[in-house]
Amino acid sequence: MNNIIVLPLIIPIMTAVILVFLRNNIILQRIISLITMVFVTAISILLLLNVEADGIMKIDFGGWLPPFGILFVADSFSLLLVITANIVAILCLIYSFSTIGFRHENMFFYPFVLLLIAGVNGSFLTGDIFNLFVCFEVMLLASYVLIALGGEKVQLRESIKYVLINVVTSWIFLVALAYLYGTLKTLNMAHIAERVAEVGQDPLITTVAILFLIVFSIKAGLLLFFWLPGSYIVPPTAVQALFAALLTKVGVYALIRTFTLMFPLNQEVTHTLIGIMAGITIVLGCMGAMSGKDVYTIATYNVIIGVGFILIGLAAGTETALSGAIYYLIHDMLAKGLLFLLVGTMVYLTGETIVKRMSGLIQNYPLFGWIFFIVLLTLTGMPPFSGFVGKILIGQGAIEAGSYVLLTIGFASSIIVLYSLLRIFLASFFGETTVSEEDKKPIPKGVMVSFILFTIAIIYLGVGAESLSIYVQDAARTLINPSIYIDAILGEGI
Amino acid sequence: MESLMVVLVGVLVSVGTYLILSRNIIRIILGTAVLSHAVHLLILTVGGLKTGGVPVLGQKDGPFTDALPQALILTAIVISFATTALLLVLAYRVYKTNGTDDVSELRGMPDE
Repeated sequence: MNNIIVLPLIIPIMTAVILVFLRNNIILQRIISLITMVFVTAISILLLLNVEADGIMKIDFGGWLPPFGILFVADSFSLLLVITANIVAILCLIYSFSTIGFRHENMFFYPFVLLLIAGVNGSFLTGDIFNLFVCFEVMLLASYVLIALGGEKVQLRESIKYVLINVVTSWIFLVALAYLYGTLKTLNMAHIAERVAEVGQDPLITTVAILFLIVFSIKAGLLLFFWLPGSYIVPPTAVQALFAALLTKVGVYALIRTFTLMFPLNQEVTHTLIGIMAGITIVLGCMGAMSGKDVYTIATYNVIIGVGFILIGLAAGTETALSGAIYYLIHDMLAKGLLFLLVGTMVYLTGETIVKRMSGLIQNYPLFGWIFFIVLLTLTGMPPFSGFVGKILIGQGAIEAGSYVLLTIGFASSIIVLYSLLRIFLASFFGETTVSEEDKKPIPKGVMVSFILFTIAIIYLGVGAESLSIYVQDAARTLINPSIYIDAILGEGI
Repeated sequence: MESLMVVLVGVLVSVGTYLILSRNIIRIILGTAVLSHAVHLLILTVGGLKTGGVPVLGQKDGPFTDALPQALILTAIVISFATTALLLVLAYRVYKTNGTDDVSELRGMPDE
């Protein structure tokens, strides 16, 4: 049974290899990639149910028992994120079927999306920190290709910066791994946690922890987000949505995992630092979102605000705050994916990126307009939708931890998010339409299907939060008591 | 021996950093390659250079040299090889479409 933990990584990779040989048969490529993703999602849901029943599952590759071999670990936290990531990928695939165009499809677009998903799933599931580096690289290499695919002038210019920054970041990751191996002589996450608990978190280990903080902050866009606004706006819409929904969130996952499991002991230094960084991130993100004139800038800075808000939950560090962070992470993946798809469709329909030059979209496309309104409400955190539960729990956790400054910044940012999106809504959706009934471009059916499915997911996450709460609570409990995780991995090994 | 290796790592890192800070894309890419060599040597050094015999094969009773850093480096070398190859192709395409290999000219227009 626990052999299937590896399937979310291995199936997308194998399918990607097969799809390379089906280059000319685009319809078949679409069908196979969609079936693959649905299958992987089904497997992840099965795994989640199993973890809920029997506790944390693991698979030791090649029979090498931990801490010696590489292993995959499935706990509620990673599986919830795997499921969400795959659902977002399915919906982005459906969107891309009708928008991405022949040039991309013919140039191995689907294989690279599958490789990206494989890297994301691997990063969520792995239990070995060097393997986390490898999975990061699988994901990043796919993202390098996806961001540059299309080969326009602006796109290539931004993608070389994106690639160079990520190469240097991966280098810092390797340096941190070298120091970690030098100090603790192990790379298994559970074993690292155990060793750190044995020897205590001395200044050297804290320094290594801060190196990891720098690496994952660049990947997640926490404070060190200088690369993000430039590079997220150049690829095609479906790729933008995948990046906004998945890539930064993998960094956030790595941060949460590292600082709850491996280095939880010196919280005065690490968690204070994360708190300060999260606060500044939100403030800077808000400034960017307010000053942005075009829809892309506003949307990318909203990604940054979201990352900062999730990490308030980590900085507060109580069980409530962490379950809030998990809820908000799931919500943010769905909502940011949909936001980027909507924004990209607005640009497609009007041919403009500046907010003020669009007008009256809701008259021509009523359903599209109302879906945008739902996203606006959910990102602000209005009650029936998915952002609400996460915001409440993170707020409650911040009060428990006594970090009132972060609480204030976090909730004030909701108003800025509301302002920035409402500005798009009022200027671009309301008002007189500039397009006559005959000239208006139709929205492709696949695009609407993807929007509606996204909206259903968001409403389900808001209204049906109760049905998810057992899994989220289990995930938060494992995060707050690392011994559950450590015992599940090392219990029988040594 | 370890101290010598660490000095070498330091020299490589400074050379790599110098190259990365230049404006020419090719120099930056060479800088990342040098940096990755430096970190591979660093991983090898922190594991202890030669602390015993060959592991696994059973030629000796022990002590054995730690084989893990070499496995890690092998993986890291393959990854950095792939990334550098991709970067070089990308740099060539950037040069062809943007007409420059100077990063300060790749900043982007304010009105875009």
